[in-house]
Amino acid sequence: MTDKTMTPEDVVGRLRSGMTLGIGGWGSRRKPMALVRAVLRAGLTDLTVVSYGGPDVGLLAAAGRVRRLVAPFATLDSIPLEPHFRAARQCAAFELTELDEAMFMWGLTAAAHRLPFLPVRTALGSDVMRVNPGLRTVVSPYGDGEEFVAAPALRLDAALVHMNRADPSGNGQYLGPDPYFDDLFCEAADAAYVSCERLVGTADLAKEAAPQTLLLKRHAVTGVVEAPNGAHFTSCAPDYDRDENFQKLYAATGWPEFADRFLAGSDEGAYQSAVRTWHEEQTGEREAER
Amino acid sequence: MTDTVSRAEYCVVACAEAWRGDGEVLASPMGLIPSLGARLAKHTFSPDLLLTDGEAMLVGLDGTVEGWLPYRQHLALVTGGRRHVMMGASQLDRHGNQNISCIGDWRRPDRQLLGVRGAPANTLNHPVSYWVPRHTRRVFVERVDMVCGVGYARAAGAGPSASRFHRIPRVVSDLGVFDFETPDRTMRLASLHPGVTLDRVREATGFDLTVPRAGAWAGAGEVPYTREPTAAELRLIREVIDPAGRREHEVGAAGR
Repeated sequence: MTDKTMTPEDVVGRLRSGMTLGIGGWGSRRKPMALVRAVLRAGLTDLTVVSYGGPDVGLLAAAGRVRRLVAPFATLDSIPLEPHFRAARQCAAFELTELDEAMFMWGLTAAAHRLPFLPVRTALGSDVMRVNPGLRTVVSPYGDGEEFVAAPALRLDAALVHMNRADPSGNGQYLGPDPYFDDLFCEAADAAYVSCERLVGTADLAKEAAPQTLLLKRHAVTGVVEAPNGAHFTSCAPDYDRDENFQKLYAATGWPEFADRFLAGSDEGAYQSAVRTWHEEQTGEREAER
Repeated sequence: MTDTVSRAEYCVVACAEAWRGDGEVLASPMGLIPSLGARLAKHTFSPDLLLTDGEAMLVGLDGTVEGWLPYRQHLALVTGGRRHVMMGASQLDRHGNQNISCIGDWRRPDRQLLGVRGAPANTLNHPVSYWVPRHTRRVFVERVDMVCGVGYARAAGAGPSASRFHRIPRVVSDLGVFDFETPDRTMRLASLHPGVTLDRVREATGFDLTVPRAGAWAGAGEVPYTREPTAAELRLIREVIDPAGRREHEVGAAGR
């Protein structure tokens, strides 16, 4: 069986500026942050980013890498408004395709099923139609004659998702409460890259949890990266919760300062080390205050 | 237990009333006061409501897991219609158009907010009520900058597919309860929270609110007030649902 393991650098080496990248997870939950950080380091730009947006969108927007964002929202969950997404929007730094959550899901589903669109009862009457003048509607060919928006397929050049476990062949497992849409992202993409908390042998996948946790099938996965703490600072239940203190720091710190301190290193290890140092400083300060 | 009912407690009761008679549907409250309201409704007159833990689990009032509802099933449930959401609104107009996306010109907003999220699909597929913790002219506007949740006139204008399941049962603010029970389906004052005057509501509303003439009210000449909580409801709110009193922080002194 093909061994698909690779490094974050291998993944971004296969990506190009100008590509359409789908990013899994939801808000500030199980985002493939190690791969997003690799995209930042590699200097990829002019990207179309397709995401139920969280800090993945914020980081890429703050760094000026986004040409177009396709999203129904961007949020940090415990902090409702994503500060870098806001700042970028407020200076029109990228183009936006603002879809609602349902259109987004059916768009990914259409892409995964090789359909050009799927009809959905949404958007009609809302300004989603006004700000996306390319959207079209379809009329039911059956007797009811109802009209629906045709949610366009969200076909991706590449998908980036983060799992709790994966095997070297690309079978991916989530152990948290929600699969989000990560399998759809992979199936909607020409190439799908999966980072995981821990790489395990195939035989261990079904040992660890119920079979329905086996979300990603290897036929839809191109590369697998072992990236412990790779969703940081977003949540990756049950392996870890969101790093709320660090997320607060991210939200409250100017971009150049944040990037300089945490993202200037040469690899993911340098990021994780900078985060550990920051946490140690915080603990030190708390103890000094006692 | 006989002391004064707070404004926040009237708001909780007014939010709970949104789910009265809904039966076995998912109650999706956004924000603290609607969450307390949904729980109050489930504790009392709408015991069959389904609630989530804010993530992927359907849970009972004591947290017992009774089901699994990950986002993809949640979004599918929206178009199936077995849901009544109470959303927030950064802007809301007389027709019930709601905005949570951005303030100003969409192409380059003055203030980027959340994005449209699920509002368009919600409003076209199942009942959507709104909660506004601070009733001001900045929220209750003549025209919203970006229509996310679709109001009555636009749903009707978009055709039968858009209006078929469209309904906005109520809007609750810190000042009162509002509905769209008017011939042209524009916003009407349904009740004032006790302690609030009609003038106060008019001052805080950026459009002409329909207010039935004195005499048209149930108690002729009297403006109806949001109903009092029962003693049992007050006890539930204060001792079971929100013993820490978080409700008083969301509806602050400005609402008094």
